[in-house]
Amino acid sequence: MRRGNVYLLIFILALFGFALWSIVPLDRNVFGREGLRLGLDLAGGSYLVYQANVSDIEPENRDEIMDGVKGVIERRINALGILESTVQIQKHEGEYNIVIQIPGVADIEKAKEMVGLFTVLEFREQDQAGNWTPATGTVTIDGVEKELVLSSRYFKENTEVTLHPTTNQVLLLFEMNETGAQLFKQISTRLLGKPLAIFLGDEPLRGEDGRIIAPTVEAVIEDKGQITGLSLVDAQELARVLNAGRIDVPLGRWANGEFQPSVPLYERTVNATLGQDSIQKSILAAGIGIVLLLIFMLVYYRLPGLVACLSLGIYGVLLLAIFKLVPVTLTLPGVAGFILSLGMAVDANVLIFERTKEELRGGRSLGAAVEAGFNRAWTAIRDSNITTFIACLILFWLGGELGALMVRGFAVTLFIGVALSMFTAITVTRTFLRLIIGSRAVSNLAAYGVPVHTVRNMK
Amino acid sequence: MIDFVGKKRWFFLISWILVVIGVISLVISQTQLGAPLQLGIDFTGGTSMILQFSPAVEQGQLRQEMAQLGYDEARIQDAGEGNFIIYTREITSDEAKELAGEIGTDLDSQVEIIDYYLVSGTVAAATARNAVIAVIIAAVAMLFYIVWAFRRMPSPFRWGTCAIIALIHDVFIIVGIFSIMGWLAGVAIDALFITGLLAVVGYSINNTVVVFDRIRENVSRHISPDFAETVNNSLIETLGRCLNTALTTLFVLLALFLFGGATIHYFVLVLLLGVIIGTYSSVCISSQFLVIWEKREWKTLLPFTKRTT
Repeated sequence: MRRGNVYLLIFILALFGFALWSIVPLDRNVFGREGLRLGLDLAGGSYLVYQANVSDIEPENRDEIMDGVKGVIERRINALGILESTVQIQKHEGEYNIVIQIPGVADIEKAKEMVGLFTVLEFREQDQAGNWTPATGTVTIDGVEKELVLSSRYFKENTEVTLHPTTNQVLLLFEMNETGAQLFKQISTRLLGKPLAIFLGDEPLRGEDGRIIAPTVEAVIEDKGQITGLSLVDAQELARVLNAGRIDVPLGRWANGEFQPSVPLYERTVNATLGQDSIQKSILAAGIGIVLLLIFMLVYYRLPGLVACLSLGIYGVLLLAIFKLVPVTLTLPGVAGFILSLGMAVDANVLIFERTKEELRGGRSLGAAVEAGFNRAWTAIRDSNITTFIACLILFWLGGELGALMVRGFAVTLFIGVALSMFTAITVTRTFLRLIIGSRAVSNLAAYGVPVHTVRNMK
Repeated sequence: MIDFVGKKRWFFLISWILVVIGVISLVISQTQLGAPLQLGIDFTGGTSMILQFSPAVEQGQLRQEMAQLGYDEARIQDAGEGNFIIYTREITSDEAKELAGEIGTDLDSQVEIIDYYLVSGTVAAATARNAVIAVIIAAVAMLFYIVWAFRRMPSPFRWGTCAIIALIHDVFIIVGIFSIMGWLAGVAIDALFITGLLAVVGYSINNTVVVFDRIRENVSRHISPDFAETVNNSLIETLGRCLNTALTTLFVLLALFLFGGATIHYFVLVLLLGVIIGTYSSVCISSQFLVIWEKREWKTLLPFTKRTT
């Protein structure tokens, strides 16, 4: 028995040592993990959800096309040098949502602008009244005639900006695919000498000077063409957009049966300074709470209280190590879950100590009282914590649904916290108490919070 | 020795009063706000943002300015440190930036949006539905779990039902308190409120199970022929644990409530209330219900009835 305890102690210390090593310093690289992963409410950042308008796509092609869209968005965001951003497709009752997370270190404005450009650029012509209306043409695809709007989706991804060798004019050179060439031929023939504007949703693209970009059609364009008269910056921007990959699906949201392009279904954007502030406040709050907790345990439970404090310290270090190594993304509600789990981690210890005290008062010897305390408290610890697990599982499901972004973080931290608290209570606390009792270092019952005169019948 | 079981009429009276106050508040809220609780944008759709002002401005000034700009339906909450939380209709982040710019010019202060949050109406409707489903699933799952955990006892379903009654009691009282805060102080519930409520559901049942576990043990040890006495002894034996666990949890939550910042203030409040009410109900409601059921003293439940003994 005593040898078993020593082995357990070595195991606990080794585990503790490993956990401590992996989190101190916090940004040490352990198995490719650096630092704690912080959610956008702590690190700052953006969380965007768009609906994809797949109404024009055959149902059997939708999955594949949405996969392509995901890839394009990833490439675009990565092109901005933003690491750790994630793009996910959620299929929900036949609807497709694109979920984009951009961490706070990045230039969120720029990234969101790129997101705004996910929608197809559309070319428009002016009618008699001067209003811009979509420039359309009729194309035959697979023997079927279709009326289509000229848009960026028919551009090959090799648009480039050059300077005219003699006049030094900025040139935007582009090539069209087969359908685009047919369309552009019809439209440019019709609009020769007239302007053609480029629209994003219902807004025309504007140059640096704020004027609408509407180059005049100077020749009939088929599979190749050029745009002149743009400033260098505008031309480069336009080329970047045209080359950023075609997205054949408009992104935005449905509202009252109408599709609004570029408007997110759900968005949360948190400023990095607010995140910093939240981190500091959480650390302060957690610190104060933990100190109060430790003082209470020491004063009320004395020696076992001290053991509980040690075990709680090990618990905290192990929990942080798990958060880092899994990794678990820490959010503000997650911190609340962590702190709540600390309070509840004490619970297992309290259950055991109260039980031990009862056994001591009943007149059992120290060793027997501790063993009985553990054994009898175990069913209560197990049965009661399962209810928290059930609640966490339901929260986890709820958190996977849209609109409950912060819920999952809480559920995950609370779940891990409670599970780990059961482990530390039955291994760490138990081993420490057994070793202290086994060494007969402290045999005064008062040290266990049980004054001798309260003991009923000393055996 | 404290006689908990003998005081059960008082406990039920207190709970009835709290429940009735809650019902009255729900009705007041329904007539004043059109909903039993002040619903946040997670459930209605809309935009919320935290604006940071330097130098600071008065809340009244800001309200007036918002009304002038055509946002008279906006709710404004002081978040401390010169920050205000604004809840309003769905506006895009560009529109929000424009709005912040106009407010800044008119109030002569630097305005920055430090937290922007947009929820579309369709998402909000789904969230509201899912939240209700989640709470119901939680209650049913807990019932099944307790019936299973107490399957060796005579009539395990009774134990489950008593625990669920305490659970509904806890949830209802917290909902009532937030309903009062809704029409009195404009506090709205959000997805985190539901999260807190579900955590409370877990905590409340957790506590109840600890007490029931002891009753189960004492019943099988036949410590008393009288079920009421067995329950009372079990309550006294577990009281130390219940209070101490509640206290240690309250310490950390209180620190988080006072120093943790505005974003999770009300979330932590739900947890705080849940720990207090959950502890109370496992000692004073669920266990007492067991006794009433065992003795068929259903009249005890109603306040102001004559004592039968």
